[in-house]
Amino acid sequence: MVRLQVTEWQSGAEVRVKHMMPPGHIRTPSYLRGKTGTIERVLGPFPNPEDLAYGHKAPALPLLRVTFSMREVWGDTAEQPDDTLEAEIYAHWLERVSDDAT
Amino acid sequence: MTNDDTSFSGHRWHDMGGMTAGGIPTDQHDFSLWEKRVDALMVLCSTKGHFTVDGLRRVLEDMPASAFEDMTYYERWIASVNQNLIESGVYTTAELGARMSEISARGDTYGEAASD
Amino acid sequence: MPIGSKGCQTMPHDHTHSPSGHPYRKDDDVPLNYWQTLEIAVRELLIEKGVTTATEIAAQIDAMDARSPANGAAVVARAWSDPAFYDQLLADATTATRDMGFDIGPMKLIAVANTPQLHNIVVCTLCSCYPRNLLGLPPDWYKSRAYRARTVKEPRKVLAEFGVTLPAGTQVRVHDSTADMRYIVIPQRPAQTDGMSQQTLAQLVTRDSMIGTGLAKTV
Repeated sequence: MVRLQVTEWQSGAEVRVKHMMPPGHIRTPSYLRGKTGTIERVLGPFPNPEDLAYGHKAPALPLLRVTFSMREVWGDTAEQPDDTLEAEIYAHWLERVSDDAT
Repeated sequence: MTNDDTSFSGHRWHDMGGMTAGGIPTDQHDFSLWEKRVDALMVLCSTKGHFTVDGLRRVLEDMPASAFEDMTYYERWIASVNQNLIESGVYTTAELGARMSEISARGDTYGEAASD
Repeated sequence: MPIGSKGCQTMPHDHTHSPSGHPYRKDDDVPLNYWQTLEIAVRELLIEKGVTTATEIAAQIDAMDARSPANGAAVVARAWSDPAFYDQLLADATTATRDMGFDIGPMKLIAVANTPQLHNIVVCTLCSCYPRNLLGLPPDWYKSRAYRARTVKEPRKVLAEFGVTLPAGTQVRVHDSTADMRYIVIPQRPAQTDGMSQQTLAQLVTRDSMIGTGLAKTV
C-alpha cells in the first residue's frame, strides 16, 4: 500500500525519482528514474494511471511537476548542462531528498 | 534451455525519451474519415466510462516494438480500442468476428464496406 | 446522413489534395485493410449495443475538426494584449481558456511563457499527449520516434531542425507531458507590433510557436 500525505510535498523541495523497473503501464519515463530534481508545483490529486490502465479503482495521488537540470539527467552527454526539463511525476515514484530522511 | 542474457533492463520500446533517432520527419497527412472515426470512438467510449485513456495506452505499449513501424497511428489505436472493449465486456470476440466477415463481404474498399 | 457536413467536406472523392495542400489518404479508393474492417465492426457493434450513435460519432468528429491552432492563437494574442489575462493564463490556463469560451472538455492546461531568457518546448516521450482540445490533433512529427526520443536530450539540435536558433544566454526548458496536464507555450510577442489588434496579432501565432518548435512570425 502506498501511504502518502499531500502535505508532504511542497514546491521547492528536493526529490529523487525512484529507480524501479517493473513491467506494466507506468507514466514515469525511464530516463528520469534515479534522478534528483526540485518540485516546481504540486498538482492533483489524480487517480493513479497504473491502476486505471487495468480497469481497477484508482486511489488519487498527488502529482508533482519536477524540474531537473540537463546536467543531472544526462551527465557528461548533456547538450547544454544548464538547460532544464520539467515532467509530472506521481507521488509514489518520488522520495524526499532531505536531511530529515533517516 | 537457460537464458543467460542479463542485458535486459526492463526498459520498454514506447519509453523513447533520450533514445538515439534520426531527423524529425516533415511529412504531414490529413486525417481520413476512418481515422477520425477511430479518434471519436476512443473519446466517446472513454467519456462514457467503458475504459480509460490509460487502458488505451497500456495496450499500445504492450504491442511489440515493430508495431510502431508496421502499423499507422490509428491502426494501433483501433486495435487498442477494440481490445479494451473486449476486456470490458461491451461485445464478444465471436460477435466481432462475425461482423468483420460480414463487412469484408460488402466490398473491396472502405467506401463500399462502411455501411454509412 | 450519418456524417456531419464538416466530415463530408474532408472526405476524399475526386480531390487529390485538401485545402491545406496535403495529400489525402485514399481510403475510399484502396483495398479495405484489416484495421479499417475492425473500425467499421467496432463502430457498428457500439451503435447496436447502444453505447453510442452515428449522430454522436459525427458530432464528435465535427467538434474535433472545429478545433485548430487558431484557438490557441487567439489565447496567445489576448495574453500579449491584456496583462491581467496573461497573469490569469499563467496561474490557471484551464480556467482562463474556458472562460474565454473554448470548449476544452476535461483537459487540464498549463501555459508556459517564453522570455528573452527562457525558451519552452513541449514533447510527450511516452506517447503523444497534446493540448488537442484547444489546438486540434497534433502534427505527425509530434508523434514521431525522432521528436519523442530526441527533444528531451538535444532540444537545441531539434530546434535547429525547425529553423530556430536561440540567442546565447537563453535557457531551454523542455516539458515532458507525462501525466494529466497539457501544455501551451506563449511565444514572445514580436517586435514592432505595438497597437496591433488581437485579431492581427493572432495571425502571427503559429501552431509550432505554441509547441515551442517555432517562434511567432515577425512583421
